[in-house]
Amino acid sequence: MGKNLLQKVWENHKVTRLPTGQDQIFIALHLIHEVTSPQAFGMLKARGLKVLYPERTFGTVDHIIPTDKRERPFEDKLAENMIQALEKNTSGNNISYFGPESDHQGIVHIMGPELGLTQPGLTIACGDSHTSTHGAFGAIALGIGTSQIRDILATQTMALSKPKVRRINITGDLKPGVYAKDIILKIIAELGVNGGIGFAYEYGGNIVDEMSMEERMTICNMTIEGGARVGYVNPDDTTFEYLKGRLYTPEDFDNSIKKWKALASDKDAEYDDLYNLDVTDLEPMLTWGINPGHAIGVNQRIPIIEELPEDQRQTASHACDFMDLSPGQTLKGTKVDVAFIGSCTNGRISDLREAAEFVKGKKVNPSTRALVVPGSRSVSNMAEKEGLHKIFIEAGFQWREPGCSMCLAMNPDKLKGIELCASSSNRNFIGRQGSPTGRTVLMSPVMVAAAAIKGEICDSREMI
Amino acid sequence: MIKKIQQITGQAIPLKGNDIDTDRIIPARFMKCLTFDGLGQFAFYDVRFSDKGEEKDHPLNSPDYAGHSVLITNRNFGCGSSREHAPWALSGIGIKCIIAQSYAEIFANNCSSLGIPALIVDEETVTKLQNKVSAHPETEIKVNLLTGTLTLGEENFSFDMPETYRKALVEGKWDTTSMLMENLEAIKKKNQTLK
Repeated sequence: MGKNLLQKVWENHKVTRLPTGQDQIFIALHLIHEVTSPQAFGMLKARGLKVLYPERTFGTVDHIIPTDKRERPFEDKLAENMIQALEKNTSGNNISYFGPESDHQGIVHIMGPELGLTQPGLTIACGDSHTSTHGAFGAIALGIGTSQIRDILATQTMALSKPKVRRINITGDLKPGVYAKDIILKIIAELGVNGGIGFAYEYGGNIVDEMSMEERMTICNMTIEGGARVGYVNPDDTTFEYLKGRLYTPEDFDNSIKKWKALASDKDAEYDDLYNLDVTDLEPMLTWGINPGHAIGVNQRIPIIEELPEDQRQTASHACDFMDLSPGQTLKGTKVDVAFIGSCTNGRISDLREAAEFVKGKKVNPSTRALVVPGSRSVSNMAEKEGLHKIFIEAGFQWREPGCSMCLAMNPDKLKGIELCASSSNRNFIGRQGSPTGRTVLMSPVMVAAAAIKGEICDSREMI
Repeated sequence: MIKKIQQITGQAIPLKGNDIDTDRIIPARFMKCLTFDGLGQFAFYDVRFSDKGEEKDHPLNSPDYAGHSVLITNRNFGCGSSREHAPWALSGIGIKCIIAQSYAEIFANNCSSLGIPALIVDEETVTKLQNKVSAHPETEIKVNLLTGTLTLGEENFSFDMPETYRKALVEGKWDTTSMLMENLEAIKKKNQTLK
C-alpha cells in the first residue's frame, strides 16, 4: 500500500515520539498575528526563553486592524496596544513582520500564499483556526492555541497526535454560478460540523483538479468548520504555476517541483475513510442557521424540525428562532441589511473579480449597507489596477483597506442590533459579526453581490 | 514542577446544547487583551447578559450552581475559533473539568494545555448526568483520571479521553514546552535537514 501526503509530511517532520504518546512535530512555517500571539510572547518572557528559529516565523496584522481610518494611533486604544505589542515582539526577536504600512500586509492566510511562504510539504501552524487554508498547497497546516504558539516560538515544535485521513472526491460538472464556496458548504452540511473530528480531509477528484489555487484555498479554509483541523489538496502543476516567481519561493524551483511531486499521495495510498460528492446538481448554497452546517441550496427549504434527526432538533429550533426564519420556508426574499465581501475564505482577487463582474452596471439597494474588504494589500493593489474598486464604488459599495473586518468584527466593522448580513465569510455563529443579536447568512461572493443589489436574498443566476 | 492532575472533586453545572462555539464561550470583542488574566468575567457573556448588562436565565447565573467547577455539556463543544481565550475564560469562572459527548479538536488541545481535563461520555450518560445535576445541584461529582472513574453522588459512570491527554495530566506533562525542550538536539538536527 502506498502513502498519502499527510503520512509523508508527518514522517518528514517528526522529531520523536513523546512520553505522552503524541508525536513531536517540527513546524516549518509559523505565522502570527496580533490577537493570539502577545500572550505567548509574555509566557516566553516569564520563563526566560528565547525564540529558537525567528526566521521560521512571520507576522502581520489582520484581526483587529481598522479598514477605514488607518492613522496611528488607532482610535481603539486596545487595538493600538495589541498591534504595538506585535511590533515590539517581532522587532525584539528578529521576526519578519508586515505591518499596516507594508505592501505585504493582509489576512495571514492570504499573505502566506501570496508571498510564496506557503509551500507543498511544509508543516504550517498559526494561532487561527483557518490555518487549514494553506493545505491547498499540499502543506499540513493547522490552527493552534496560544500555548502552542509559545511551544513553537520556544522549540519550533508541537505535541500532536496524527489524524486519520478522509479522502473526499469531488466530481461531476459544476454549473455556472456555483462556486468553491458552495461545494464546501455542501460538504459541511452533509458530513456535519463535527463530522471531521479526528480527521484530516484530502480533497481530490476532477473538480478539485480543475480548480484554481484560490478556489482550493476556499475549500481548505472552511475544512475546520466541518470539524477537521487539517484539509489539503495534493500539489500539482496548478500549485507550481501559482508559486513560480513569488517572493519566498525556493531559488532552485525545478528541483523543488521534483521534491514536491514526490510528496503527493501515492496512487495506491491508504485512507481511513472515503466520501464522494457529485456536484453536478449543486446550486448556490446559503446558511439559514447558527453554524456552517445549517446550509441549503438557494431554492431549498429550511428543514422541518420534526423531520431532522433527533439530536439536531434542539439546535435547529434555536437557530430558526434566532434567525427569525421559519422551518419549511426558502431564504429567497429575506431582507438583507448588510452585505460583506471579504475574509480569508473569499477575500482574494478572483473573488473580487467575480463579484465585480456581476456588479458592473448595477446599483446597491438603498436599504443595504455593502462593503468590500480586500484580503490583503496585494489583492487591493491588483483590484485597483484592474479598476474593480471603481465598479464597486460606482455601484454603491464601500471600498475598504485590507483586514479580517466583519468576519469576526474585532475592528469597528460590526452589525448593529438584529441586522441580517449576507456574508462571504466562514462563520454564522451567534454574535459572530459583532452584534449579539446580529444574523449572518453565509454564501459565495457573487451571491453576496446579488443580495446587496436586490436588498434581499436571491439567486444570483436569475439576475444575469 | 508541573502539577499532576489526577482527581477532581466538586459540584457540576449542566449546560445543555450541541455545537456550542468559542464565539459563544467568549465573544471576539473581549479578546483585545495582552494577557489571559481576568477573562472569566466575559465567559458566555452574550448568553448570560442582555445588552443592558442584566442577567439572563442561564445556568451560570443561577445561585444553584454558584461555585461549581465541572461543566457538563453536549456534542462538539468549543467548535470554531482556535482562541485559547475560551478555556481561559472557563478557567476564570472556576471550571476545573469538562464533561461532554465530544469536543472540537483545537479546543480539546487548548484545554489540555491549561490542565483542564475534557472527559468524553456518551449521549445517554450526558443526559443522565445533566438531569441528575438539575434535580440535585448540590450532588458531589468526583473524577479520578488514574482509575478512569466518574462518580456523581452514589452512581458510577465510565468516561473516555484520548490517552495522550490523560497521561499528560496525570503525569504532570500537560505544560508541553518543557517536555518539548528536552529534545533540543533532535530539533536542531531536524531543522538542518529541513532547510
